[in-house]
Amino acid sequence: MYGRLPIAKMLAATLAMTAAISAVMVSINWDGQEASTAAPKIDDLLNVMIVLSSFVFSLVVVMLFYALWKFKAKPGDESDGEPIHGNTRLEVAWTVIPTIIVLFGAGYSWSVLSDIEKPADNPLTVDVFSQQYAWSFGYPGKDNVWSQGELHVPLNRQVQFKMHSQDVIHSFWVPEWRIKKDNVPGITTTAIVTPDKLGAYQLICTELCGFGHASMRAKVVVETPADFRKWVGGLTEKVPAPLAESVVQDTETNPVPVGSGGA
Amino acid sequence: MVAAIKRPGWIRGALGALLGAAFGFALVVALRKASGLPAYQTEQTGYPQVVVPLISGPLGFLLGFGCFDYWLRWAAGMPTIPEDHSQHGAKSWKDYFRFNTDHKVIGIQYICTTFFFFFIGGLMAMLIRAELAQPGTQIVDAATYNSLFSTHAVLMIFVFVIPVFAGIANYVLPLMIGAPDMAFPRLNALSFWMLPLAGLLFIGSFLAPGGAFDAGWTGYAPLSTGAPLGQSFFNLGVQFAGASSIATALNFLVTIITMRAPGMTFWRMPLLVWANLSTSLLVVAATPFIAGVQFMVLFDRAMHTNFFQFAGGGDVVSYQHIFWFYSHPAVYIMMLPGFGIISEVISTHARKPIFGYRLMALALIGIVVLSYSVWAHHMFVAGMFSWLRVPMMITTLLIAVPTGIKIFSWLGTLYFGKIHTYSTAMLFALAFIVTFTIGGISGVMLGMVPIDIHVSDTYFIVAHIHFVLFGGSVFTIFAGIYHWFPKITGRMYDEKLGRVHFWGTLFGTWVTFIPMHWVGMDGMPRRVADYATQFGEWNLLISCGAFILGAVQLVFLYNMIVSWRFGPRATANPWRAKSIEWLVSSPPPIFNFDEIPRVVGGPYEFGVPGARHAIMAGESVEAEAPAPTAVGTP
Repeated sequence: MYGRLPIAKMLAATLAMTAAISAVMVSINWDGQEASTAAPKIDDLLNVMIVLSSFVFSLVVVMLFYALWKFKAKPGDESDGEPIHGNTRLEVAWTVIPTIIVLFGAGYSWSVLSDIEKPADNPLTVDVFSQQYAWSFGYPGKDNVWSQGELHVPLNRQVQFKMHSQDVIHSFWVPEWRIKKDNVPGITTTAIVTPDKLGAYQLICTELCGFGHASMRAKVVVETPADFRKWVGGLTEKVPAPLAESVVQDTETNPVPVGSGGA
Repeated sequence: MVAAIKRPGWIRGALGALLGAAFGFALVVALRKASGLPAYQTEQTGYPQVVVPLISGPLGFLLGFGCFDYWLRWAAGMPTIPEDHSQHGAKSWKDYFRFNTDHKVIGIQYICTTFFFFFIGGLMAMLIRAELAQPGTQIVDAATYNSLFSTHAVLMIFVFVIPVFAGIANYVLPLMIGAPDMAFPRLNALSFWMLPLAGLLFIGSFLAPGGAFDAGWTGYAPLSTGAPLGQSFFNLGVQFAGASSIATALNFLVTIITMRAPGMTFWRMPLLVWANLSTSLLVVAATPFIAGVQFMVLFDRAMHTNFFQFAGGGDVVSYQHIFWFYSHPAVYIMMLPGFGIISEVISTHARKPIFGYRLMALALIGIVVLSYSVWAHHMFVAGMFSWLRVPMMITTLLIAVPTGIKIFSWLGTLYFGKIHTYSTAMLFALAFIVTFTIGGISGVMLGMVPIDIHVSDTYFIVAHIHFVLFGGSVFTIFAGIYHWFPKITGRMYDEKLGRVHFWGTLFGTWVTFIPMHWVGMDGMPRRVADYATQFGEWNLLISCGAFILGAVQLVFLYNMIVSWRFGPRATANPWRAKSIEWLVSSPPPIFNFDEIPRVVGGPYEFGVPGARHAIMAGESVEAEAPAPTAVGTP
């Protein structure tokens, strides 16, 4: 029965279409500049997914258009198609093969996730404070100095952000770093990043927090350790008492497993 | 005048609403006075003198309108008429504005009401896209913008997509299984009349001090617990929409389980019936969660409970767990009935039995089971326990498998068929396969934690949700409306206008929602009234696509209205389909069947010589032939 279908040609068309779509889509840098050690790993995963997705999409399109071309009823033809009710082998195939593909995707994602969240030795801890509609940052290792609206971090050193919100949920996103984490009132959330490109970036609030949501931004600067030391040394204000209190009071939901990674 | 007040209907309904609201208002004022409090409370989140009448007023309307008359009469020991059909059928258009227990009338009431809200929600989308066409603020300020996208989403989800499927199934499903009506006709009517109340509460929130609710359709605490009064309108509107949905789902379950015609075994049910069975299972078990969580928010707002108040020991993240425990199954509530529609349309117009019918039904059940175990994929960056992410990722990716089975089975159904594309319904069904595949692919990507960390809460999410809800659900809704239009109205629609609508919708969908993926990955967050100038050109294109998409829906509206009035008469079975609703006249007689039909075979026996799905009363038995139902043998 299926011998009547040009399976080899359809498969060739699917692969050709997959190659064409992938070639265009993988060459485009969708996520923008990569400025952390996590970014290329996430982008690689995305590219693998683009290729797999192109295959699935091409398969569906080729199957659909071949059927429309080959099995379209002639005008005036009122007869029925062939009474095929199914094919167990085919049905098992399109249950099992997608299962294998998605489990591969899950395994790959899991390994990327553990990789990008692996704690390093001697990270720099930065407290992130958010409130409608402003960001500020505390440096507990540096006399708890406080910076408003501007975040500085040194190059090539892992930063552990400890996040606190004073009112509603906000979300910390630096697209070039590919990290995002909600700042939730009452709990401490953690995000890990190792910036590996000098430059100025933007911190964007991505959780709806009220009418000022769209403008809740902060400047992010990645600089050399020497410049960073100089900048931190120039900060005079200390983290104000209510913010410092939230650091103590907020529940730590996701403690970073000490010594599980680089230690 | 007195007679008009005594008779159930609009006058008594309006009176009931007024009395109900007055009672609620008086109750609040009296209780507050008795407790030594000032009569009114106008704290931002409180307003009990408004919130309580918002509950008692709609209930008063339902009472006055006649939704409870029969039950109250029975409870009071007054004489009731067991076989009273005075509220059955529709003789003029006015009967559609009455309490009516006929499933066909209720189906039409549902479809027209939900499309009314579809067009209002669509207008809001047009305003949103007009504002976003250029960076900066042009048309609405940021606060109004937040209200607009919140109301847009809530109208589309709660009073369009979910109930329009209930409307289509209300009309078609009893006919399909050979039942004279739904199992509980009076409950069915009550379910419908709660729906416009929910829609009015959502829209009415624009009149509240502080404006309409603006915390998104997700209403995350504590933004929602501290929001102005409009948020309470949302909390209550969800109760009416949810109650309507739950009651309808119970009704479908009982109808499907107990009222199938003789011979209609489970494995002879059309897939639309299977789809509504699965959907109803989801609704009855999941919808109480969103009803509950919105009450918890309302209690936090009005009674100073501390469910989600971190300062009072509440837990902020638990709102999201409860909310998504409903709202992820809800995306399947919004999709499974559409899967059913697509199966009917494709099988009919490809003149082929559904490929792998049993696996198709099992895939629906598989989705039902899995959909309860994936909710936290909405919360990968929400600060929940991080170990929860990987198991939720695996279940999320696995749910793509039953969904993929459905896509491949529809494609398999086309092979060796005789595909007819003259019907707009079939065009929407075929286009659905491609657009929904794209939505599914982006869904798999979102299921992967590392990718999700980058793109969650960006326009990538907006693109994904619209590809599955518009390119998915709404395409299936259009397919269903075109497919059953002749059956419901007894008229044919204009295929030329249908084609204009189809191609415009397909083009508009792609132009609007494809670029949203790109700006999202490149750094544009969602739910923003303003954005960085670098995204200006793409957003202008997106807005142009959206305006095309909006404008072409007017062609649909025109086609539906004019064809309903003036279209050529439809025959009983214009698509030469097999299921039972096509074996009765268009529109069907008032009680569907003179005698219940007898089901003798599977629902899609195209091309099987002599095979029949059902035999109507009065047909000769010689027409019956042994129906081969072999599954799995090509």
